[in-house]
Amino acid sequence: MNAPTHPPSVPLAIDDLTVAYHRKPVLWDVDLDIPEGKLVGIVGPNGAGKSTLIKACLELIPKASGHVTIYGQPYRKQRSLVGYVPQRESVDWDFPVSALDVVAMGTYRKLGWLRPVAKEQKELACHALDRLGVAHLANRQISQLSGGQQQRVFLARALVQDAQLYFMDEPFAAVDAATERAIVTLLHELKDQGKTCLVVHHDLATVAQYFDWVVLLNMRVVKAGPTEEIFTKENLKDTYGGRLALLEEAGQRLRYAGIPGSYPGNPGRSQ
Amino acid sequence: MIMQRCLPMSVFLLIACFATVAFASPFHNHDQPVSANRELEALSNRGIDWPGASQIMRVATLQNYNTRLVVLSTTILGTASGLIGTFLLLRKRSLMGDALSHACLPGIGLMFMMMGALGGDGKYLPGLLLGATLTGVGGVVLVLLIRNTTRVKDDAAMGLVLSVMFGIGVAVLGMVQAMPGASAAGLEYFIYGKTASMVMQDFTLISAVAAAVTVMSMLLFKEFTLVCFDEGYASTQGWPVNWLDIAMLSLVTSVTVVGLQAVGLILIIAFLITPAAAARFWTENLKRMLLLSGMIGAISGWLGSSISALLPRLPAGAVIVVVAATIFLMSMIFGSSRGVLLRMLARRRLNRKVGRQHLLRAVYELIESRKHPEMSDVANVAISMDELLLRRSWTRSELEKLIRIATHEDHIEYYNGKLIRLSEPGFGEAARITRNHRLWEMYLIKHADVAAAHVDRDADAVEHVLGAEMVRKLEEELVKRGQALLVPPSPHTIITGA
Repeated sequence: MNAPTHPPSVPLAIDDLTVAYHRKPVLWDVDLDIPEGKLVGIVGPNGAGKSTLIKACLELIPKASGHVTIYGQPYRKQRSLVGYVPQRESVDWDFPVSALDVVAMGTYRKLGWLRPVAKEQKELACHALDRLGVAHLANRQISQLSGGQQQRVFLARALVQDAQLYFMDEPFAAVDAATERAIVTLLHELKDQGKTCLVVHHDLATVAQYFDWVVLLNMRVVKAGPTEEIFTKENLKDTYGGRLALLEEAGQRLRYAGIPGSYPGNPGRSQ
Repeated sequence: MIMQRCLPMSVFLLIACFATVAFASPFHNHDQPVSANRELEALSNRGIDWPGASQIMRVATLQNYNTRLVVLSTTILGTASGLIGTFLLLRKRSLMGDALSHACLPGIGLMFMMMGALGGDGKYLPGLLLGATLTGVGGVVLVLLIRNTTRVKDDAAMGLVLSVMFGIGVAVLGMVQAMPGASAAGLEYFIYGKTASMVMQDFTLISAVAAAVTVMSMLLFKEFTLVCFDEGYASTQGWPVNWLDIAMLSLVTSVTVVGLQAVGLILIIAFLITPAAAARFWTENLKRMLLLSGMIGAISGWLGSSISALLPRLPAGAVIVVVAATIFLMSMIFGSSRGVLLRMLARRRLNRKVGRQHLLRAVYELIESRKHPEMSDVANVAISMDELLLRRSWTRSELEKLIRIATHEDHIEYYNGKLIRLSEPGFGEAARITRNHRLWEMYLIKHADVAAAHVDRDADAVEHVLGAEMVRKLEEELVKRGQALLVPPSPHTIITGA
């Protein structure tokens, strides 16, 4: 089978991607071309395979079939172009390092084998923390950070990599309002620099507000494209299926989303 | 910066010093064969023999060649296992070390049989250790295989491999002992350890492994840290997580194998994990944790083998583990970073502070409600206990306890069971607390989307961790808004009584 070719201007192209856990496919025949310089929201119900999609792109889990191309090349050759923000719960925050140490991990790849972190890397890390408004927490032990602060530290770590394409797994999950604003600001900064961000997102109310592109996912790509075209009630129904209560809620939230400043928050997820 | 670079270096130098001392002096002490024999006897003899002061001195100053060999070996081994044990602990692979050490036993027995069959010396140490390494690594591979190919979880796989491999080992040793013509005596030392059987060769081996572990931990510090903290991220960054794991486990294996004779394969896991776990109570900094863990390991090894040399009934391995466990217990209680005592005291302090603030604010608000509408100042008048009792959901005895503490702290001037009056400093403090509280409440109302009805409870929790710096910021914020500073009126109606 020939690997399909994509021009090096496409940040992420996925062809016929299928991923299975224990013989059970969780993602089927995903075909996606993400245009450059967009903020892309990946939206879908629980268990739709949103995180799985990101992890498969980053080769953290094996693909059953399919190809992932990043700027025209396989991921292995393009690691330096890709930044990754894992789910906050994926690590043990009770680890004896400071916020600055964690952010400095983003410089390790460029630093290379055996060389210790020096002043230069620390300055880069400090700068990244500053961009997220948490420079004052640089020396704080990570278990003493609040959820939102931990999320900002993770974002700073990805930022320090100075990548072109960012994968973010639920950065808005369980964060305070201030952090949510900081992340949105950061996303727009990245977009202005021509960078592309793929963000797994849970809160339907804010999708239209935050993202200019959406991928509606439920084990397959239901629809993908510019938010104003794709993020419609019919498409959401196709994505969320017969879960009526949820659909009702989604409708509610869509209405809220239309009125500026009336964002009701998400009581289940925010603190 | 300099500090950070020096710490691992000093560990290395320490080992180097030990090595030099021990290598340089074996000849020096050969003119004391009598005491040498006595202590060698002491190490193997099981009779009751309490040591005298001179004997303690001799062991403490390492005057005897054998004692020196054993004490220095276990000290160096402790340093190395403390260092690599830290990474093992942080990688959450503690039990892997246990599976590994138990899996060493079949290798020892099998190698003994093989070497004997080939006509060589069955107890040739490097051969035995090679056998131990092979089956030890085999055990680890087996655990990984079981975990990756089936749905059996890590802990079950380790428990399985650990017991099965140990069982095979015991069976092989039994077979070896039944073999005609081969003297297998001494092989069982690998199970519980027997420091008295240690020779110069062991010391050399332990020093070499310790040096390798120290150098590797220093060189791969950044890589090991990354893999321990976030292996997924490490792998997206192109770091070979599996190879780094193998490197880490190889270091654990080498420490385990050379430590078999000293503490035995059952107890070596304690030597790997206990120092690291103890060190964690003292610091939140990984470099310091590594250094501390190495030091705790060294102290355990040194004290443990010294005590064992003095009290012949106590085998070194067991004493070392007990010493390490004692240090762990001390660290758990007194640890400066997360020790139980410290946390208890901190919580007690916080509770007292919360209680004091509740009391003073309740009294102040009552006084305030008595204020004459035409007077601008609030005067410090006496308050009745019954009214105070209705202010909050506290019982009489709880309130009386708070009043007792406040009286002791000189915040309450007069209390007769019915009436209560604040002292001058108490009144000032009450005004300050009430003011902070209201500043914070207003800040919350202005800045966060919290309903005004919920602010009181929220503020109660946050205010008590509010520092002076934050209060200053709030003041500035409120001055900007042109609001009263002294004691701003409460933003919600105060419920007086029930």
